[in-house]
This record gives sequence, structure tokens and C-alpha cells, in this order.
Amino acid sequence: MTAVRCVDICKTYRQGDQDIKALDHLSIDIEKGDFVCLMSPSGGGKTTLLNAIGGLDIPDSGEVWVAEQRIDQMSKGQLADLRLANVGFVFQAYNLIPVLTAQENVEFVMQVQGVPAKERRSKSLAILEEVGLRDLEDRRPAEMSGGQQQRVAVARAIVSRPELVLADEPTANLDSRTSDELMELFTELNKNHSTTFVIATHDQRVQRYAKRLVRMRDGRIVDDIEQDAA
Amino acid sequence: MNIVLRLAWRNLWRHARRTWLTIGAMVFSNTLLVFMISFQFSMYGLMIDNTLQVFSGHMQVQAPGYKDDQKMRQVVLDVQPLAERLRGELDSETIAARGWAFGLASSEERSYGIGIYGVEPEFEGNVSNIPGLIKDGQYLGKSDAMDIVIGGMLARNLRVGVGDELTLLGSGLDGSFAAAVVTIVGVFESGVKEIDRNIAEMPLGAFQEVFYMEGAGHQVVVLAPTLNDAPLVERRIAATLPDNLVVHDWVALQPGLKQAIQADMSSAFFMYGILVILVAFSVLNTQLMSVLERTHEFGVVMALGMRPGRLGRLVMLETTLMGLIGFLLGAAVGALLTYWFSVNGLSYPGMEEMAANFNLPGRVYPQVSLLKTLFGPAVVFLFTLLAAVYPALRLRRLHPVEAMRTI
Repeated sequence: MTAVRCVDICKTYRQGDQDIKALDHLSIDIEKGDFVCLMSPSGGGKTTLLNAIGGLDIPDSGEVWVAEQRIDQMSKGQLADLRLANVGFVFQAYNLIPVLTAQENVEFVMQVQGVPAKERRSKSLAILEEVGLRDLEDRRPAEMSGGQQQRVAVARAIVSRPELVLADEPTANLDSRTSDELMELFTELNKNHSTTFVIATHDQRVQRYAKRLVRMRDGRIVDDIEQDAA
Repeated sequence: MNIVLRLAWRNLWRHARRTWLTIGAMVFSNTLLVFMISFQFSMYGLMIDNTLQVFSGHMQVQAPGYKDDQKMRQVVLDVQPLAERLRGELDSETIAARGWAFGLASSEERSYGIGIYGVEPEFEGNVSNIPGLIKDGQYLGKSDAMDIVIGGMLARNLRVGVGDELTLLGSGLDGSFAAAVVTIVGVFESGVKEIDRNIAEMPLGAFQEVFYMEGAGHQVVVLAPTLNDAPLVERRIAATLPDNLVVHDWVALQPGLKQAIQADMSSAFFMYGILVILVAFSVLNTQLMSVLERTHEFGVVMALGMRPGRLGRLVMLETTLMGLIGFLLGAAVGALLTYWFSVNGLSYPGMEEMAANFNLPGRVYPQVSLLKTLFGPAVVFLFTLLAAVYPALRLRRLHPVEAMRTI
């Protein structure tokens, strides 16, 4: 079953007087339960592709399908609903809400989804346990290390068990040990819950964990290989 | 507390000083509005009561058309029995009969055209301040003697004083020539030029004799216990009157007073409006800043699946919380301040002396009421919410990727 399908998508940005092709007639299918690593040098188009898949950015042309729905023609509200129900995001800079505690940050998405308070609380505590932060539930982001914050961000992304998790440079601000721990967590979630992971990175260590490596350059896929994950 | 509410509350205190400054502006304006509106309406009440108590009363029973065209023949027949009946029916002593005639008052040296009122001396003091404003001599006795009290300015114009005689000339009810010599027993100073220059009072019995009134008069003056009671009293009187008589309320009797109050109210509310708009701009500034500096964060929560409309509601919720604090604190401080003055009174230098000249109390006691306490702060609250609509609407145009690029 296809989790993501991009058909001949293009995206051009204007930078000063120059048009920059971030995505150039790119097509890709990602199966449910896949663990894909998008690799490229900076400006290669991996973040733009990730944003297009997540409905954060609309391609100039082509089609994007997520969870069997064509999303490139959806309204802002419909895209928000799609992300809320189907997609979890993990960002490079964690992007936690600074005034909320770890547990509240995790609960936040469920609150928006309308999950009852009791269920929210039990699920958020369970997921924090799963990412090894059960004791830090009352801490605010400023009171946690980068690795801890990223774990909270992961917990927030997966607490609603989305079919698809999109991670943009999730290990960029982490040391190697924490990076490995995070990738092991991703692998475990992928294995246990069949969650599809699409990770944009240029961190060579992350490659080891991917089942599929997609190399990009100038908005095109130049290499797409399957491999045995670590 | 749900998380969105918690988030809104904590967002407020990210920049506690800025939030407190905005709330401070609300509290200041709300306090001012509560106090000023209470003070203003107490002043109006005082103005109305004192103006009406000088002479016109809260209402008058007259012949139809008399109010607009004061003709001698538009009379209230048997005016004293009517006043007596109303006093009995309403169980009130603040009802008095009057007659009115235009006449020429002459002293040895000068003559002036004046309005001569025939009054019931024993009841006139209950409906008018004039008996209490005698500065020289005394007010009319109970008898129907040919006595008269005149305004101070008229006395100066005629160059007469207490004990002097005046000759009155005029037309009687039947159109015949009316004349009398009356003795000045008192001189009053009401502080109202028109009254002090143009009015004289004599006993109703003597007035009816001089002007051949045959028991008739021109008005029955009624003073209700309070201004608020006046409409009820008016309805009760109207229900008992024959078809050839009408009752006019104070607005009809003193249209200038109502207009003066409305003019004052318009200018005051214009100033209050400016105050409210200034507060609204302060809120707009705060919320716009707050939205702009959180653009990145808004981009993130949109990426997580929050609809732009819901983000707008979050900003409105933050503003509502801020507005509620300003509302509650401002209304409470304003009500306490007004309450303090309602007990201790408010006066300013020179006010007591000036008020005494007009037979007015020297201190004003603004009254606290729920409506006056809530009205101003409610308007500020409403404008606070309106001010947040623009920042909230801006979020609808937000694009998650662009927003997340913002630092």
C-alpha cells in the first residue's frame, strides 16, 4: 500500500533575480511501513520535498498523494486536518511550545484532535515513558537538554500514532550518542507500529538505519536504493 | 484547565511587563469610566432635582395648551380643591396649587412687567425652594393678605425692599382691569436670573381676588419623592384627571434642562470614546507584537495540524483573558473609589460657597450602581476584543513554511 505518492512535482523559488528549482519533475512512491532517508547536499530539495509531502508547501505542478488523498489541491484547513490526523512532524530545532511542559507539549496535538482529557493524559505519559522521559514530564523545554527536547518532539509526533512521520534533520543538533538513541527509537516505532518514516538528513550516521536511501541533487532524485537497516 | 486555555494564559505572561502595562491602561480607563459616569449621573440627578425643586416641580397639572401658550383664560377650575384631592389620593404633601398672571409692578420710581404667581404658602415650600431662599424679610404667611415676595434682582431694579408697597396692574380672568397694592414681605435670591428678575409670589387667595379668578388657577405642581418615582406618580395623577386637564412631566416643562444634560452627556461620552479607543490601540499594539514575535511558533503549530482559524481563536482567548483582568480590576477599583466618595462626598475648592448661593449641597455624593460600574468596563472589554480581531485575522494569511522560516 502506498503511503506517499509524488508525481512529476515541480517547485521553483524566487531568490532575488534568480529562479531556483527546488523540485524538478520529481516522482516518488513510498510504501506504508517504509523507512526512507532523503539525502542531499544543502539546497538539494530534500526539505522542499518533505514540506510538499506534509502539505506545508504546495508544489507549482504535479500531484502529491498522502493516505490515498490528493493533497496538492487542498485548502489550508483541509491540509491542517490531514496533518493532524495522518502526519507527525519532527523538526531540526525541536520546535516545542516554550510555555508548555513536556507532557503538555505532547498532549497539545491530542487536545487539538479533541481527545478526552483522561485519555490524553494516559497516552502522553505512556509515550513519554516510551521515549525515556517519564521523570521529566513537568519540565519546560528550556529546562531540558537538546536530546531530551528532541525526544519530546518525537513523542509529540507519534503520540497519535500517525501513519507517516516526517523528520527534517532530526539529529542535526544532537551528539552522536543521542542521535543513535533517537534513530533506534525511530526504527523501533517503524518496526512495532509500521509507521512510515521519511527523514531528510545529510547526517551519514542516519543512513545506516534506513531501509531505503534516496539521494537528491538540484531537485531531482539521482539515486534510490534499498538496503538492510542497522 | 484545558491546554489551549493554559497555553493562552501562559502566553500572556511571556512578557509580563508588557501585559501588565496593557492591563494597567485598561484598569486606569475602567476606573476612570466607572467613577466619572457615576459622578456625572449623580451631578445630573442633582441638577435635575435642584432645578425642578426651585420652581417647576417634577410635573404639573395644567389646562391643555397652557404650557406652550400661557393665556390667562386657560385655567384649572377649582384649583385648590383639585390640589387637596390629589394630596389625599396620593397621600403626599408635596403638591401645591398656583395661579399665574402677567402684570406691571410699580414702585414709586420704576415699573417692570413681571410674572405674578399666586401660591398656597403652606404647601409651596414643599414643592419649591423659593420659600427657603428668602434673604431678606420672610416668606408669605398662611393668610390671604395682600403680601408679596419678589426676587432680589427685581427688588434692586424697582429700588424697593421689605415693607415697601408695590402697585400691581394687570388683566383679570374676565378681561377686566385688575389692580392691587401689595406689601413686600420678603426678597428671595434663587441664583437663577430669570426667576430673580421676573417673578413675584403672593398668596393664592389674594391672587384670585385681585385677578377675578373665581377659585381657578393655572397649575398644580407636584414633586415626587424622587426623580425615579416621578413617572409612576405621573401615571397615577393622569388616571384621575378629567379630560380638560393634562399632566406634563419635567422634560416637557423644562426642555432646556434635558437638552443641556444631553449636550453635556454627548461631549462627555465623546471624551470617553477617545479614552476607549486609546486603550483599544494599546491592546492592538500588544497583540500585534505578540502575534508577530510568535510567527515561527504559529507556523509550527499549523504544521502540527492546527487550523489558522483556531490559532486566531487562541489570540482572541488571550485577549479575552487580558481584557477580563482589566475589566474586573478596573470595575472593582472604580466601584471602591466611587463608594468612598459616595460616603465621604466630593467637593473642590470654591464648590461649597458657589453651591450655597444656589441652595445646592456643597458636596456631591456619586452613587455606585451595578449598571454604572459595568457599563464603561464592558465597553472597554468589547473594544479590547475588537482590537484583537485584526491580529487574529492576520493569522489566516500565515503560511506554515514561511512562518517557520521566521526567527
